[in-house]
Amino acid sequence: MRSRPLVSILRWVVLLLFALVCAFPFAWAAFTMFKSNDDLYTVGHVPFFYNSPPTLDNLRVLLTETAFGTFVVNSVEIGVIVVILTLLASVPAAYAIARLTGQWGGKLAMLIFIIYLVPPTLLFLPLSRVVADLGLQDSIWSLVLVYPTLTAPFSTWLLVGFFRTVPRDIEEQAMVDGYSRVGAVVRTVLPLAVPGILTVVIFTFALTMNDFIYAVAFISTSSQMTVSAGVPTELIRGDVFFWQSLMAATVLVAVPVALAYNLFLDRFVKGLALGGVKG
Amino acid sequence: MAEVEVRDIRKSFGGADAVDGVSLLCRDGEYLVLLGPSGCGKTTLLRMIAGLEQPTGGDILIGGKSVKGLPPRARKIAMVFQSYALYPHKKVGQNISFPLEAQGMSKEERDERVRWAADLIGIGHLLERKPRQLSGGERQRVALARALVRDPQVFLLDEPLSNLDAKLRASARLELKQFQQRVGVSTIYVTHDQVEAMGLGDRIAVLNKGRLQQVGTPDEIYHQPANAFVATFVGSPPMNLMQRDGRLVGFRPENVRVVKRSEHGDGASAFPCRVIRIENLGSDRYVYVSVKDDAGESKLIAKLAISEVIGVQADDEADLLVEKRFLRFFDRDTGESTAA
Amino acid sequence: MSAPPATRGTVIVEESVRVHHLLDRDSVLGPVLLAPLMIYLAALVGVPLVTVFVYAFSDATTGSESFSFVGLETFQRTLADPVFQGAIRNTIVFTVLSQIIVIVLATILGFVMSADFKGKWIVRFLILLPWTTPVALSALAWLWMLDSLFSPFNWILGQLHAVPIGTPVAWLGENNLAVGSVVALQAWRTMPLAAVILMAGLTSIPPELNEQAEVDGAGFWRRLFDITFPLLAPIMMVAILFGIVATFTDMAAVYILTHGGPGNATQVLASWSFYTGIQGGSLAQGAAIGVFMFPVLVGVCILMLRRASGVEVT
Repeated sequence: MRSRPLVSILRWVVLLLFALVCAFPFAWAAFTMFKSNDDLYTVGHVPFFYNSPPTLDNLRVLLTETAFGTFVVNSVEIGVIVVILTLLASVPAAYAIARLTGQWGGKLAMLIFIIYLVPPTLLFLPLSRVVADLGLQDSIWSLVLVYPTLTAPFSTWLLVGFFRTVPRDIEEQAMVDGYSRVGAVVRTVLPLAVPGILTVVIFTFALTMNDFIYAVAFISTSSQMTVSAGVPTELIRGDVFFWQSLMAATVLVAVPVALAYNLFLDRFVKGLALGGVKG
Repeated sequence: MAEVEVRDIRKSFGGADAVDGVSLLCRDGEYLVLLGPSGCGKTTLLRMIAGLEQPTGGDILIGGKSVKGLPPRARKIAMVFQSYALYPHKKVGQNISFPLEAQGMSKEERDERVRWAADLIGIGHLLERKPRQLSGGERQRVALARALVRDPQVFLLDEPLSNLDAKLRASARLELKQFQQRVGVSTIYVTHDQVEAMGLGDRIAVLNKGRLQQVGTPDEIYHQPANAFVATFVGSPPMNLMQRDGRLVGFRPENVRVVKRSEHGDGASAFPCRVIRIENLGSDRYVYVSVKDDAGESKLIAKLAISEVIGVQADDEADLLVEKRFLRFFDRDTGESTAA
Repeated sequence: MSAPPATRGTVIVEESVRVHHLLDRDSVLGPVLLAPLMIYLAALVGVPLVTVFVYAFSDATTGSESFSFVGLETFQRTLADPVFQGAIRNTIVFTVLSQIIVIVLATILGFVMSADFKGKWIVRFLILLPWTTPVALSALAWLWMLDSLFSPFNWILGQLHAVPIGTPVAWLGENNLAVGSVVALQAWRTMPLAAVILMAGLTSIPPELNEQAEVDGAGFWRRLFDITFPLLAPIMMVAILFGIVATFTDMAAVYILTHGGPGNATQVLASWSFYTGIQGGSLAQGAAIGVFMFPVLVGVCILMLRRASGVEVT
């Protein structure tokens, strides 16, 4: 499309509108987190100004006087372990589907994608029984156990696409050069699929952060909670909302996650297009 | 170094036979070319010898021992893929030393052999480069050095020249031949290009539709084609074929003269024809003619040296003259070569 | 020729080769590599999926291990419950309304984003925020944005005298407004992914097609409807299916924004299943509610399968 000035201006107007709608709740949250209580809770104050000087107090309260730090540590811990487990399960499976299983590999990819569509809101009841039977309730390990059901199918699906972009010749050459299939894959295919694997790492991590229902269904002890479940359930005590601290928590999570997504978005989109859906 | 033998080997992919009962011997130190059109099964055959494809039936022997069921790494073969399959994440030196690492060779020994192979091929100055920084010709040499470095029993080459431009291809062909003559390792070379096949092969095996058509020296393949397929696949332009007296009669375009009606002498067969068009190609002249035969009419080509004087022009009624010794006969139904 | 350097202590691989012989067969290695994932998924998705249905035909509770089958009794009780009836209606309404909004907005956004322009990166960052942020946290930001006392919207409306001073709009406290708020939140958070997917689809349409059409005399709108949209349709389908699944099965948005209220006006299947099954302790009834999500999910799967086996050859 040739860019005429009018088209260009129109595009910017539309983009700014979209950006405004998409980002406004976060901008509002970021604006709120620096407000003092006096400023915030006085009816009649214009809400779009700092009527009293902005303060970092709410941030300090969030980080030192609430369990937010614990939530973050839990989320990161769970995220890292689940990422490792997910890769261990999905890398070999995706490779097998991409290369070894021929026709029924495509069908398996489809099945795995369908499994990805089975929602946690349908499975949480029986899984809560499983978690209870294993004595894992109120422990982050219950989430470590079930999160790969969210992450592994999707990761596998993305990885199938990434593995298919590595030319077959390369690993066959390595096999002729004296390596077993597994050895060839480890030495040639995996190094070449690193960008794809990194993408999967980011999205796996984000998916574990995003879960809400398992986290609230399995865990009711503050010390074991994740950010997603802990912030909205534990930092609101009855009717008392520490809004600035809550908003600070939202911003502190939203921004880094969105930055990470942005870094890998192009590859993620490519993965979606390449993925097993095409069978 | 070893001989390679395939016995009645078969491979079918989901019901379709890619290779259908081929038996073939590549002698020790021989340069054997597998020639055929695309889809004829030549690459599948090569991949089965490499161990990358499992045959549905038959046996493969390398150095007299069956390698059936053995993975590629146990066959002591080296292969050059059409794409060269250089490891993009490794430097040239690391690419060449990769097969040696697999053998658990020490670092010094590896370096020594990489240096030797690289110098032999003439790429000693490229060892620190990444594959993407190389030209097509350089990539091909790196692939060769990597194949050479480990002292393989057999070289398998899958259309290694098809990714080079036409100019480079001729000199690369010469180098390939000289290189193989020096190292003397049995080589199986797959191509669809009959010029490459004629120029490189000690012997040529022509394949079509998964079956072996003929094995022989380039001379035999050219002059004594076993059937109509080989006759028309090899040669440029291919052998002329027409139907006469219930069989196929063939002769090479360069073994023909075109003269005006009844100017010919003895000892040659004359086929009445009509000249359609004359094409001047610089060193040669192609004369396109049409001949009446059992099938009605066949279009044939005569290839004449430019120095030769011709007395015909387009639309002339003329005679094609072919000496008897140049005539080949094939069965009309099976295409198999028959005696005169 | 120069002889190759002599090999000192040549290493023969042949012995170790035999050891891993089985794994050299693709027909063995494939299943071995697939097994861990498939076993895990069978145990933690397959079995629970069956169990949900078992629960739905039983009287299971969170308190006791044992339960007995009661046939369709749980279903009958569930179906008769007006809250359930509302929940099923809400689930459908939220999904349909929000996804209609998403189709329209995501298409526009996909178009404007598919061009290259300066500052694309920052715009993309802002636009992706609703999708990348954990839904529980973005719902929290909405909760504050729609606060009955301190909502900036209320202040603006007050300044414009659109509403009487002193009677703030209860965005989440009045049935229709609460429904609207939830729909808006769902559309807002699923729109960016749909736009991203559409963007990918747009960039995959070969420009020659549009150029050819332009040469052939087709105007902008003609090209849009005759070339771009039909070619975009399959990938748009994927985007919408993602959106449907995300909205239809979500409970976090409702749980945090409205707790299903006011009354049970915004209760959806997922949240009602959660309240009944976990907080109410009735596994059986929670499961029976959840099971009603199943037909829609099966429908989505069938659409996906048809797409996969369909015309597409890219």
